[in-house]
Amino acid sequence: MEVQSIIFPNGMPLQCGEVIAPLEVAYQTYGTLSPKRDNAIVICHAFTGDQFVASPHPLTGKPGWWSRMVGPGLPIDTERFFVICTNVLGGCMGTTGPTTMRAGTDKPWGKDFPPITMHDIVAAQIKLIDHLGIKQLFAVIGGSMGGMQTLTWATDYAERVFAAMPIATSPFQSAQNIAFNEVSRQAIYADPDWHGGDYQAHGVIPARGLAVARMVGHITYLSEEALTRKFGREIRPGTMPAPNSPLAALPFGGMFQVESYLQYQGSNFTRRFDAHSYLTISRAMDFFDLGSEHGGNLAAAFQQVRTRFCVVSFSSDWLFPTAQSRMLARAINQAGGHVSFVEIESDRGHDAFLLEEPDFDRTVRGFLNGAARHAGLPEGRDDHAV
Amino acid sequence: MRFDQELIATMVAPQSRVLDIGSGDGSLIDYLSRQKGCDAQGLELDMKAVTQSVAHGLPVMHGDADEVLADYPEDTFDYVVLQRTLQAVERPREVLRHMLRIGRSALVSFPNFGHWRLRWHLMRTGRMPMTAVWPTPWYETSNIHPCTIYDFFALCAEDGYAVRNWMVVNGDKRSRVAERSPHLANLLGEQALFLLQKGR
Repeated sequence: MEVQSIIFPNGMPLQCGEVIAPLEVAYQTYGTLSPKRDNAIVICHAFTGDQFVASPHPLTGKPGWWSRMVGPGLPIDTERFFVICTNVLGGCMGTTGPTTMRAGTDKPWGKDFPPITMHDIVAAQIKLIDHLGIKQLFAVIGGSMGGMQTLTWATDYAERVFAAMPIATSPFQSAQNIAFNEVSRQAIYADPDWHGGDYQAHGVIPARGLAVARMVGHITYLSEEALTRKFGREIRPGTMPAPNSPLAALPFGGMFQVESYLQYQGSNFTRRFDAHSYLTISRAMDFFDLGSEHGGNLAAAFQQVRTRFCVVSFSSDWLFPTAQSRMLARAINQAGGHVSFVEIESDRGHDAFLLEEPDFDRTVRGFLNGAARHAGLPEGRDDHAV
Repeated sequence: MRFDQELIATMVAPQSRVLDIGSGDGSLIDYLSRQKGCDAQGLELDMKAVTQSVAHGLPVMHGDADEVLADYPEDTFDYVVLQRTLQAVERPREVLRHMLRIGRSALVSFPNFGHWRLRWHLMRTGRMPMTAVWPTPWYETSNIHPCTIYDFFALCAEDGYAVRNWMVVNGDKRSRVAERSPHLANLLGEQALFLLQKGR
């Protein structure tokens, strides 16, 4: 599949007051836009995700990150819906971000890339939606930080979003999540290859710091049960010192499987992700707080919003716990909105939304079918009665 | 759909906004939205039932009526339905109050503890009655607030709700005999269904 992208020469103003020009938005689409342009679904990717939701990643060759959810006949059925996924503003997979060459210079934006917000990220997406001539999206769907974008879509452009599915997310970034992000950021700053943010000029990347940042993230995406089931206290074969070696007397011999897994995830990540992008996007997440933007009243954010919501959480997710989703669903109710709320039973932590969870699949399929019925879309092939 | 649900459905105007508290498998809201063009939502405590309903494309919110009804703004719905649940909630009076705050009308069904068989059972054996409608022993029942049809009329009067309509359901049919008077209903009715509105 060819890489799609569009350049807006006049760029866009950011919330911070700066203007990014030109603005490039990289995206992938799946399925066909209906003649009435009423079957479009925007999928918003998570923190370190990308637009390759259902097609192989061009750098790693791995299948799309939600290829088990998005495709022909799958819960987000590309035979029925036109799916659009953009790389977020500030990202590093084609959309304008810190690795993009800055106009009028011979250098990338790097550490001078301006601070961005969730509103900016969604505003960049809407430029693409306008360009595609789509007035109203049938749905916006996203997990984790994708859920924050979904909520921003539904509150900033309510009349353009018929249905919304914020998954494993929260109406605000919690203190705990900011704390984890700060550990990640400090790990990047502490890398000798960081060079005060000028690593690109030195022809290096702060790979060790970025890898540690990813390792911290990975722990928060899982759960104790999932880690125990996957690795337990297993020692990686071949890492124990030989019985006759002097190391054998030390208590630190051998490498736990969980250590090896995290190191692998960390070093893999540095091949596909930029440290400045990591910092920029993590900051955009940290400053996300829908309630505080409405005078501390979360329900006020959903006043006049007629979007049909389906809020989904996972029981073992401690990064975006169910209580935060429940708070979101109740706020939508307080505004007289339309909301379904489901907690999916799973012991796999935050990552559960990316994994095989049959109840979750059924929820996504069912909610979209029900919403499509209300939107007057043609019946899908599995749109059966109770 | 159960017979009492069919009765509820006949009392709901087409195209109206409905909240079904304790929506269970969602069959009532499914019927109302498909057959009567209603905008029908559910509220359900059992997560399995919620997942099943949403998977069938029905808008259902997981939550406890005792807690979340307070969230909804006034007059959000044309009808708020509470099926066979009044006796199981923690604060029935509060739940009713919220139902008539957030809805223009309330449809409430509940099992009648004044039925002659229960009275006879208690008088004859001196033990807590157990019947098909009240099937669990006292130490296991979730029905923590049983009431009679008389009790319900009295509460409506006390809290200023107008009884617009009421019916008696015995098994799978209406009991016209019992509907002749509240007295007969209280004695002969197994289940009651009330349509309430604000004001006397």
